[in-house]
Amino acid sequence: MSVNISAQTEAPREEEFEVSKRPNQLRRWAKLLLRSKTGTIGMLIVLSVCFTAVFAPFLAPYEPDAMNAANINVPPMWLDGGSSAHVLGTDSLGRDMLSRLIYGSQVSLIIGVFSVIVAGIIGLAMGILAGYYGKWIDNLVMRVVDSFLAVPNILLILVILGIFGSNMLTLILVLGVTNWVIYARLVRSEVLSLKERDFIRAAKSIGTKDSTIMLKHILPNVFSSFIVISTLSVATTIILEASLSFLGLGIQPPSISWGYMLSSGRDYLATSWWLATFPGLAITFTVLGIIFLGDWLRDVLDPRSQGRK
Amino acid sequence: MKRYLIRRILQVIPVLLIISFIVFSLVFLAGNPVALMLPEDASQEQVEALTESLGLNEPFYVQYGMFLGNAVQGDFGQSYRYNQDAMSIVLERLPQTLELAAVSMLFATIIAVPLGIWSASKQNSFVDVFATGASVLGKAMPNFWLGIMLILLFSVNLSLFPVSGRGSFMHIVLPAITLGTAIAAEMTRLIRSNMLEVMQQDYVRTAQSKGQKDSVVTYRHAFKNCLIPVVTIMALQTSSLIGGALVTEVVFAWPGMGQLLVQAVNARDMAIVQACVFVIAIAVIAMNLVADIVYRLIDPRIKYD
Repeated sequence: MSVNISAQTEAPREEEFEVSKRPNQLRRWAKLLLRSKTGTIGMLIVLSVCFTAVFAPFLAPYEPDAMNAANINVPPMWLDGGSSAHVLGTDSLGRDMLSRLIYGSQVSLIIGVFSVIVAGIIGLAMGILAGYYGKWIDNLVMRVVDSFLAVPNILLILVILGIFGSNMLTLILVLGVTNWVIYARLVRSEVLSLKERDFIRAAKSIGTKDSTIMLKHILPNVFSSFIVISTLSVATTIILEASLSFLGLGIQPPSISWGYMLSSGRDYLATSWWLATFPGLAITFTVLGIIFLGDWLRDVLDPRSQGRK
Repeated sequence: MKRYLIRRILQVIPVLLIISFIVFSLVFLAGNPVALMLPEDASQEQVEALTESLGLNEPFYVQYGMFLGNAVQGDFGQSYRYNQDAMSIVLERLPQTLELAAVSMLFATIIAVPLGIWSASKQNSFVDVFATGASVLGKAMPNFWLGIMLILLFSVNLSLFPVSGRGSFMHIVLPAITLGTAIAAEMTRLIRSNMLEVMQQDYVRTAQSKGQKDSVVTYRHAFKNCLIPVVTIMALQTSSLIGGALVTEVVFAWPGMGQLLVQAVNARDMAIVQACVFVIAIAVIAMNLVADIVYRLIDPRIKYD
């Protein structure tokens, strides 16, 4: 009899994707990742971009700001006039394109990741509070969410940056403050169904404090869907940052941003196509990797999406 | 229907109030705009006189009240750069932006509907892999970069379309493709996944088992039902459609609100900025409302309550 009972309690444990701290957890994730082709590609791209950003000083063949008046708008090495000294050519001030692209990854990643953290924290807090307490708090938060959704993100960001000027910190804060609504909406809807579940009711009935319930019981349960949209949100934020730099309201020189490189390359479109092309390729490549990774995470973490894709 | 409409329109009021509050607070924080409005050699007295006459010495809540009172009448003040009523300048640009958005949407629909249906009906075929790949790529590419690449290929190298501006039909082709691609990418993915879901429903299986032709099953039974969620989610995209239009306009020097707004932000012409934000917010809300009604018309199961 006792064997039977233990078998019964053991069975559901394996089915649930409960993240425990067992050492073979990493191997299980790796196995899951390798099962998906796009997931593996996504992970490889993301890791290589992170690697590039971290080790930029060692990877870049030149200083990214080193100008050379004698080498202006040199084409990439495989074209006529190109040389192996500048693999991807040089820009209108004679700076090495490859080195600038390598350094540009830092800005994209820093802004992408940190603004998503800012947005995520605000969104999680608002979503949990609105979903858990309901009533007027819920009403207020949801009306604010509606208002943010009625104004295109980029519009609000333009206005704020136009007023306060833009540097790395304001960009991160602004992108975070304008993007929190998607988290709030998602988290709120999850909390609404979670709070009717037995384990929350049980916690309430024994007099657990609201704050403990929210932090210890609700937060861990909304975390997996939170991770999925955070990942995908890094991708959209990188594009948004590039768009802002393109409009002249993003990262300002001397900081190097792919969006800014792209917009300054536009003036030389007729003569030096590579100036606007390569930064765009870098953005597309990075974002593609993040989307692949995010889609894989969704398949693994969110049981509802299974079979839909 | 009537009661539903009235309730939905009433819900718009708090949303507009919150937007007005956010925008007004931002402009309030931006500081005194009087210096920009007067010539550089204006005396201190002139600055103070204008500040007083614009009511800028009043406390925040009084100024906000005045702003609201004027905004309700469509008055967002004078643009100091054009010396004209800000709202009328913005409204002059609105049709061009709507034109671009509408043509892009049309382009996206023409591409996405057949592609989505086709790839769902032949799951894992070449077409499906192509459609899925293309839609991911469409999402990963920054819109403005695609625009620049199209200019490079079709205007600079092939001289097929004009580089920028607005005028003939040829002028709108490249901007519409640029903006439409991003929407088509999202739409294809949505239609595909919804079609796959609908194709597993009992009524589709029934239609198949009674020997109905594949095309009839796909279009009459499956596609019609997959439209419902697609229309709703596309309506939520209006906001990003207009946001995308703002950037696309700058790439192609399309004389719409986007260009106006970017110039106004750079010149700190706050009257125009405020008017733009409101016009766009109202446009987005209105389109969502229309979509909501269409949604109820194509799905008679939904009750108006």
